[in-house]
Amino acid sequence: MSAMTQDTAVRTGRLARAAVYSALLVFAVYYLLPLYVMVANSVKPLDEIRSGNMLALPQVFTIEPWLSAWSTAQIGVEPTGLVPYFWNTIKMVVPAVIISTLMGALNGYVLTKWRFRGDTALFGCLLFACFIPFQIVLIPMASVLGFLNLAGTTAGLVLVHVVYGLGFTTLFFRNYYDAFPTELVKAAQIDGAGFFRIFWRILLPSSGPIIVVTVIWQFTNVWNDFLFGVSFADYDSMPITVALNNLVSSSTGVKEYNVHFAGAILAALPTLVVYVVSGRYFVRGLMAGAVKG
Amino acid sequence: MSTVAFLEIDHLCKDYGPVEVLKDIDLSIEQGGFLVLVGPSGCGKSTLLYTIAGLESVTRGEIRIDGRSVNDLAPSKRDIAMVFQSYALYPSMSVAENIGFGMEMRGVPKAERQRAIAEVAKTLQIGHLLSRRPAQLSGGQRQRVAMGRALVRDPKLFLFDEPLSNLDAKLRIEMRTEIKRLHQSLGTTIVYVTHDQIEAMTLATRIAVLKDGVLQQFGTPAQIYDDPANLFVADFMGSPPMNLIPVTVQADGAGPSLVVERATGGPATVPAGRAEGLEARAGGEAILGIRPEAITEVPADGMADGAAVVACQIEVVEPAGADTYVITHLGGKEVVARTSPDCRVRAGETLPLAFRMDKAVFFDPATHDRIAD
Ligand SMILES: Nc1ncnc2c1ncn2[C@@H]1O[C@H](COP(=O)(O)OP(=O)(O)OP(=O)(O)O)[C@@H](O)[C@H]1O
Ligand SMILES: [Mg+2]
Repeated sequence: MSAMTQDTAVRTGRLARAAVYSALLVFAVYYLLPLYVMVANSVKPLDEIRSGNMLALPQVFTIEPWLSAWSTAQIGVEPTGLVPYFWNTIKMVVPAVIISTLMGALNGYVLTKWRFRGDTALFGCLLFACFIPFQIVLIPMASVLGFLNLAGTTAGLVLVHVVYGLGFTTLFFRNYYDAFPTELVKAAQIDGAGFFRIFWRILLPSSGPIIVVTVIWQFTNVWNDFLFGVSFADYDSMPITVALNNLVSSSTGVKEYNVHFAGAILAALPTLVVYVVSGRYFVRGLMAGAVKG
Repeated sequence: MSTVAFLEIDHLCKDYGPVEVLKDIDLSIEQGGFLVLVGPSGCGKSTLLYTIAGLESVTRGEIRIDGRSVNDLAPSKRDIAMVFQSYALYPSMSVAENIGFGMEMRGVPKAERQRAIAEVAKTLQIGHLLSRRPAQLSGGQRQRVAMGRALVRDPKLFLFDEPLSNLDAKLRIEMRTEIKRLHQSLGTTIVYVTHDQIEAMTLATRIAVLKDGVLQQFGTPAQIYDDPANLFVADFMGSPPMNLIPVTVQADGAGPSLVVERATGGPATVPAGRAEGLEARAGGEAILGIRPEAITEVPADGMADGAAVVACQIEVVEPAGADTYVITHLGGKEVVARTSPDCRVRAGETLPLAFRMDKAVFFDPATHDRIAD
């Protein structure tokens, strides 16, 4: 008798599992389809796209569109490909991410471990930065950049992204350090460590998860930014997102869809790589914050 | 005190904004003394310790260590070491690095550091743990490492903030003895916070009882136990606590006596042993404080001087091995008496109890202070 009930239990269990897996499969296909379309069409010759089905696999495989998008395609008026703009973005993203993460960590440290009069009010003001829409800051930011003589430069873009990102990075680190025991800071004070030494030796080594979260957050945001790039960059500091837009919209004559697809993948690839490599830590870091905070 | 004070706390006040956490604290302890701060949770014990360490600024008053005002001295310059309630071991460092961090900050050469770490590790028997991280240690081992970090410093003053409160009962008693032994062998002055009154009694040379940031009493363990300054101290120190019985004071030719309501058998009258200040209160109310061990069954070989006998109906009998506690009601309050385990009384029976009135103390029911003249 028990064998029978067990049997039915196993069977319904299998059925439920099959239902769950097929639902997951449908969602996965739904989300992966755009990526498939981009990849498949970026390795087809142009006439195959125009004559045939977007969803079909390539009949003739070519990496010509990738090479073209990378180094020879027409961007605006110059046939440079995306490569110079790729480096522009790197030169902007790396300092912006490092500076905003470090400053956020320092802010979080001060706001939780060196409390002072009005610190909560100050934190509230910093939080505002997370809610201000991009469009509102465009004009004041332009005049500030002009005043600082940084208009149209990569340094100017770094400044913009650091300022805009500071609200988020401060929020992340403040919440993380809030759960960090203050007694450790007191113990280090008795041991004779100063302000920066405590930060460097006691807090930072325990900040792995939140550093990963902040770096991923800032990296994807700064890399994917279009509005600040298009508003404040010059021709020779233009980030890859703006260049991609120019590639897609400016070509006279035939639209080279395969080159556009390849270019779009190239522009998105670094954020994809960062997420695949450290996404696990991202989720874990967010969970750590959620459980403690 | 005949000896010169080593640590002096002089009219100390500490406010957090509008909240007064410490109110006019006056304390001092001699070189090599063991000062225990006790009091209920939130009374300001940790805050007082933090001000001594220099981790919190003081609002008013002065703190002197070895005759020198330290109000404006950084924590690392006060020649103190502290063990925190949570141990506060640096999570990213090994045990050896934890113990050596202070020396590293002071620029002690590496070889000398390692020698000192090894020595302390030997004293505390944590040599085999030196390369581990704090997360890989048990609670008792963490406690030892925290002690090691303080010991290696060889300070003039140790500050302990409830160092044993996170340990299980057995380990707590072991470590209590070990701390006492350590104090005897090092001879360093210690300030020790606890809310465990047994720890306070066993370790201290001086006890300070705090409540709501006000110092209630400061004295030797014997003074605190035998001569509590007010009802709070009487109730807080001792386990089971002191019996506090409402009585009416009567005066006749032979000195004051007390009338006590009993649950059965009508009021009883007993002579008041220590009568200071009671005559003036004839006809009024008072609170009689008497410890459980001063109430016993009537001994077969005759009573001690100053004992008074009252027959009481026993409600509960609690054998505790070495003693048997019996519980009755007097003056509407539960009263605990400590009898010998040979006393074969059963609940519901009436037992004559001998009250050692020479050990009794009296309190004013209105002000809660001791009655004295
Ligand atoms: N930073 C602060 N700001 C405001 N009030 C504080 C602050 N730190 C402590 N207090 C208050 O001061 C009082 C004393 O705190 P303290 O930590 O000294 O108590 P404690 O006697 O050590 O208690 P416990 O036995 O629970 O450790 C508490 O009422 C607490 O709320
Ligand atoms: Mg405390």
